[in-house]
Amino acid sequence: MSADVKAGHAIGVAMKRKEDPRFVQGKGHYVDDFSFPGMLFMALVRSPYPHATIKSIDISAAMKVPGVKAVITGKDLEAAGLGWLPTFHGLDKQMVLAIGKVLFQYQEVAAVFAESREAAADGAEQVQVDYDPLPVVADPFASKTDTVLLRPDREQKTNHIYHWEVGDRDRTDQTLAKSAKRVKQRIWFQRCHPAPLEPCGCVAFFDTMGRLQFYVTSQAPHVYRTALSLVTGIPEDRIHVISPDIGGGFGNKVPVYPGYVCAVVGALKLGHPVKWIETRTENLTSTGFARDYHMDVELGATADGKLTAVKVATTADHGAFDCAADPTKYPAGMFGICTGSYDVPVAHAEVDAYFTNKAPGGIAYRCSFRVTEASYAIERTMDVLADELGIDAVELRRKNFVKKEQFPYASALGFTYDSGDYEKTLQKALDTIGYQALLKEQQEKRARGELMGIGFSTFTEVVGAGPSKHFDILGIKMFDSAEIRIHPTGAGIVRAGTKSQGQGHETTWAQIVAEELGLDPQQIMVEEGDTDTAPYGLGTYASRSTPVAGAAIAMAARRIREKARKIAAHLLEVGEADVEWVDYRFQVKGVPAKTVTMKEVAFAAYTNMAQNEPGLEATFYYDPPNMTFPNGTYVAVVDVDRETGEVKVRRFLAVDDCGTIINPMIVEGQVHGGLTEGFAIAFMQEIQYDADGNNLNTNFTDYLVPTAQEAPHWETAQTVTPSPHHPIGAKGVGESPNVGSPAAFVNAVVDALSPLGVRHLEMPVTREKVWRAIREAEAGKGKAART
Amino acid sequence: MIPAAFDYIRAHSPDEAFSHLQQHGGDARVLAGGQSLIPAMRFRLARPAVLVDINGLADLGRLELGRTALAIGAIARDSAIERAPWIGETRWSLLHDVSRVVADPVVRQMGTVVGSLCHNDPSGDWTAVALAARAAVVVRGRQGTRTVPIDDFLVDSFTTAVGEGEMALAVHFPVPGDRTAGSYQKVERKVGDFATAAAAVQVTLDGKGAIKEAGIALSAAGPCAVRVTEAEQALVGQKPTADVIRAAADAASKRSEPQADLRGSVEYKKNLAGVLVARGLRQALARLGVQA
Amino acid sequence: MTDDQPAPRAEARITLRLNGEPTRVTFAAYKTLLEVLREDLGLPGTKHGCELGECGACAVLIDGQPVLSCLVLGVECDGRAVTTVEGLTRDGRLDALQEAFADLGGAQCGYCTPGILLTARALLDRVGTPTREQIREALSGNLCRCTGYQQIFEAVEAAIQGAPESGNVVNRRIRIVSDGKRGGDRLRADGASASAAEARRDPDRAEARAPGALKNVEARHE
Repeated sequence: MSADVKAGHAIGVAMKRKEDPRFVQGKGHYVDDFSFPGMLFMALVRSPYPHATIKSIDISAAMKVPGVKAVITGKDLEAAGLGWLPTFHGLDKQMVLAIGKVLFQYQEVAAVFAESREAAADGAEQVQVDYDPLPVVADPFASKTDTVLLRPDREQKTNHIYHWEVGDRDRTDQTLAKSAKRVKQRIWFQRCHPAPLEPCGCVAFFDTMGRLQFYVTSQAPHVYRTALSLVTGIPEDRIHVISPDIGGGFGNKVPVYPGYVCAVVGALKLGHPVKWIETRTENLTSTGFARDYHMDVELGATADGKLTAVKVATTADHGAFDCAADPTKYPAGMFGICTGSYDVPVAHAEVDAYFTNKAPGGIAYRCSFRVTEASYAIERTMDVLADELGIDAVELRRKNFVKKEQFPYASALGFTYDSGDYEKTLQKALDTIGYQALLKEQQEKRARGELMGIGFSTFTEVVGAGPSKHFDILGIKMFDSAEIRIHPTGAGIVRAGTKSQGQGHETTWAQIVAEELGLDPQQIMVEEGDTDTAPYGLGTYASRSTPVAGAAIAMAARRIREKARKIAAHLLEVGEADVEWVDYRFQVKGVPAKTVTMKEVAFAAYTNMAQNEPGLEATFYYDPPNMTFPNGTYVAVVDVDRETGEVKVRRFLAVDDCGTIINPMIVEGQVHGGLTEGFAIAFMQEIQYDADGNNLNTNFTDYLVPTAQEAPHWETAQTVTPSPHHPIGAKGVGESPNVGSPAAFVNAVVDALSPLGVRHLEMPVTREKVWRAIREAEAGKGKAART
Repeated sequence: MIPAAFDYIRAHSPDEAFSHLQQHGGDARVLAGGQSLIPAMRFRLARPAVLVDINGLADLGRLELGRTALAIGAIARDSAIERAPWIGETRWSLLHDVSRVVADPVVRQMGTVVGSLCHNDPSGDWTAVALAARAAVVVRGRQGTRTVPIDDFLVDSFTTAVGEGEMALAVHFPVPGDRTAGSYQKVERKVGDFATAAAAVQVTLDGKGAIKEAGIALSAAGPCAVRVTEAEQALVGQKPTADVIRAAADAASKRSEPQADLRGSVEYKKNLAGVLVARGLRQALARLGVQA
Repeated sequence: MTDDQPAPRAEARITLRLNGEPTRVTFAAYKTLLEVLREDLGLPGTKHGCELGECGACAVLIDGQPVLSCLVLGVECDGRAVTTVEGLTRDGRLDALQEAFADLGGAQCGYCTPGILLTARALLDRVGTPTREQIREALSGNLCRCTGYQQIFEAVEAAIQGAPESGNVVNRRIRIVSDGKRGGDRLRADGASASAAEARRDPDRAEARAPGALKNVEARHE
């Protein structure tokens, strides 16, 4: 055992990550690092048109390219019954390869299999597709008119996908009507893309036993196995999904993509392994995007700023297919968290989703199913309300917080918030950042005509999906699982249904086991991502790993402890009832001198177990009783350059409350990373389409990822309010910074510009948008902008 | 993301490189830094049948600081400028500034100044700098070597005075006078991006503190980098005052004819042109100890 | 065959010094160094992220300078010295940067890590003791989607001092006990279990373990 970690004592320790020895040596194994003898390479032919009839596809020239083995099209797949793929929440289906027509630019049209990457690329170039362009619907509001019907394949002859609502519409409307103050703001959370550094990809082959071996960048390998079985008809026992090291996911690697199905078909048809690795352009143009919610947010308040009602009506752009990776019953995910951290008597939220000729998606980009959109809506509009009331945005928030003593708090839109102390978290942020001094500085600067802004976001998230009575994907309930085996020497292995993409599960899971069992975390191996060995789980996204799988691990460990207690009783020569677990070891009740360690018990479990069943292992499937509700106060301080519109984020403080912290270093890293993504969304990132449906952000030149120069310096702090229903009190943290920060950034910029009468800016807040807002305000249009 | 097939020729002398270029004409491209060419080939936007690699020609990698001119060879890297021993001198401040914002620091290890000029991207950095500093490009042609003033060298977007079968060997930057300073002002969305707008400014003061020479050029303000003659005229012979700077900035804004794109609208970029020229002038003057 | 049908692809053969070893390799001439390393030289540590020179995941050192291997043809590397992440470890000892990245959370998903390590190595070799600003600047050609860069900066700064003590399993910066009553720089492991248990009972107490708070404590001790 190492010098600086004792047995047990593992939670709360900034233990170095167990995965890093391989990562810092470049020895991670990512999907493109796997090669097999006879492997073929796949390239996809993609549509240059956003909407067009396919008149014909001629593959003859492609087949003549040296090295090309086969080309398959939508017709081939359709004939084999593989033309369509169910989407995760079951409301729609998606073409694998275009059948009859294409519905978005860069849609998959044909797959080319060849002996080398270059032959596949050359072959793809030679596939001749004759398109007949159709009118393009590039805007969800145009889609509403049904002038052009995009999806005649569906029973419902409309572009409207679904209507979803929650809350009390009538009471909300009545309350708003009689509220002393009412503000309404149209807010667009733009289409953006998670853009992990490693693109998506897979290698598929059928082994000598005829089993599909499927290496893939998947955040949810078990769900992939089931989905592949359902789509292809291959029995599930004959599918082995391996999700190796993943180079970032952020939600992008949750859906099953057409390329995966094509690779499996190619491997089956050709009898060779098939590798398909996306290009960056393919990743940005065809895989799961996020957001694209147009939200009309309305708040009612008393004259002194007590919220009376919240109403949000959203138009969602889902692109060509509804591939949103939301739980079945929640087409708009957890959007009902849009009442935020506030005690709102009555509320109503609704979402109407439409098809457009854009890439499909609607996955969560580092957030739990539309929580980011919801948080942004309420946090942005709270500032609009504060402006309208003429009171400080911090005071407005404080006045409306759900109070500590109100937890568990039943929100107007149906959630039961588990715990929190919003007031304390806010106060910690104010004290740490020195709010009073900043206000004074701002006042002085304003007097000199300088533009300085302070923006707050006091958000609440809802993560850890979820209780089986409400949550499923493809019908599979959203539990997660763990299996722990303790070896005779007290070392062990944990397997979980989750899959780390950089979150450090190999470390965090070991720490939980070590803490629960009094063992050395260095000797607890963690294995994930192999469907042959890991117990079934729903995967890693939506900040659910620690809330769900982390709980499963703790519970499995406690099962082991109960088994171990029997053996300990035997070793201590007392009855089981006389054994207690004290300070990471078993002890005879009231006799501190008589103890036995878990390590000793582990050895006995294999060598001296008396009447007990040999071995020391347990499996636990954890069905969470409730979601968890991480929260925080974020503060951004910005300076704005009047001449160029440049915004400098001078300071940013994140005070997070994610409950119990397992590894502070990992938590801090998660917060830094999420804040940087939030910064990118607030200021840089958008997947734009022109009116003709052309994607304008097809690579990293135009889809902007902040570099070491743009990324602000992050200050972090914590409050800890454990979740009462989670076995170790943890709530999850990976997504809080992405969920909470966009509003803080935008609120800060709007605050800087508020003396000019600016009340709202759309993300991404580019220099030009800021410059234009300043110029229009100075030209006397500021008043108009307020209406 | 895989280039189309091509033949690769490694040149062992400038003569050999030249003869290959002559032989293959428009089918051939010179491979120097490759930081624009290879991405274009990966996208298959460029499909040269022949690549003539001049990276082995050590003589073309030199930075030679002579009495009258700094000669930057065809394969001298951006990073070599950034780290040149004289780069901290005030007179070279324009080159100092630009060498720190071209592309990103890793690309600058391979990227070349001459390659950037030959690429002549409308939003390139070196083109505007070469205009402001009144550089000239040495071109090897069938009739021998000729020196082309930068104003004549930059013909149109992605088009220069280097003809088919010709190659650029070096760029010459005149050694600025004693009381010279410059500034390169670039607005970019992130490190590594092309300029949303950029201004290259270089001024020389006379003994009485009046502006003796001025070079003002813009990038991302037209089909290729553009000299703002009206701004230069507004400055030369004047004492540097806020009014003079404003006149130069207004001239720049007027002269700027940018394309609207994802980086910004025409209106915004024209505004930036003026703002950046003014900031560049103030910074250059400050470097000479003059507040204006 | 139509005009734009692909021509046959030629083979190339070069000799280079790869991670210190003279190496000869034959490959399809169209390939960039990135593909030659990954596919022909069996060194998959170098990653592709965009293949257009925009992300830096493929950065390697050529003659000691960081370059994007996706924008350099393999044939250009004849006679050059190429260092990949596999060559950072010498005689089984990790480079100080590798140690520091592991020590301070510099890697998350690990995909950008090889390129960043090499770029940082070149910086330290050239500048010796770079400032935070110089580190920011030097790494601005390497994208990281996970860390927000801050723990990377801290790791590079730590590596300036050389490799951290080997064998420690707890983060150097955050591991310190924040409870003032215990006094001094004690390894958190000594007190962590107690405070971890208390975290669940007494949130206020647990806050003291938060990284932000610890930073302050550390500062006081310095």
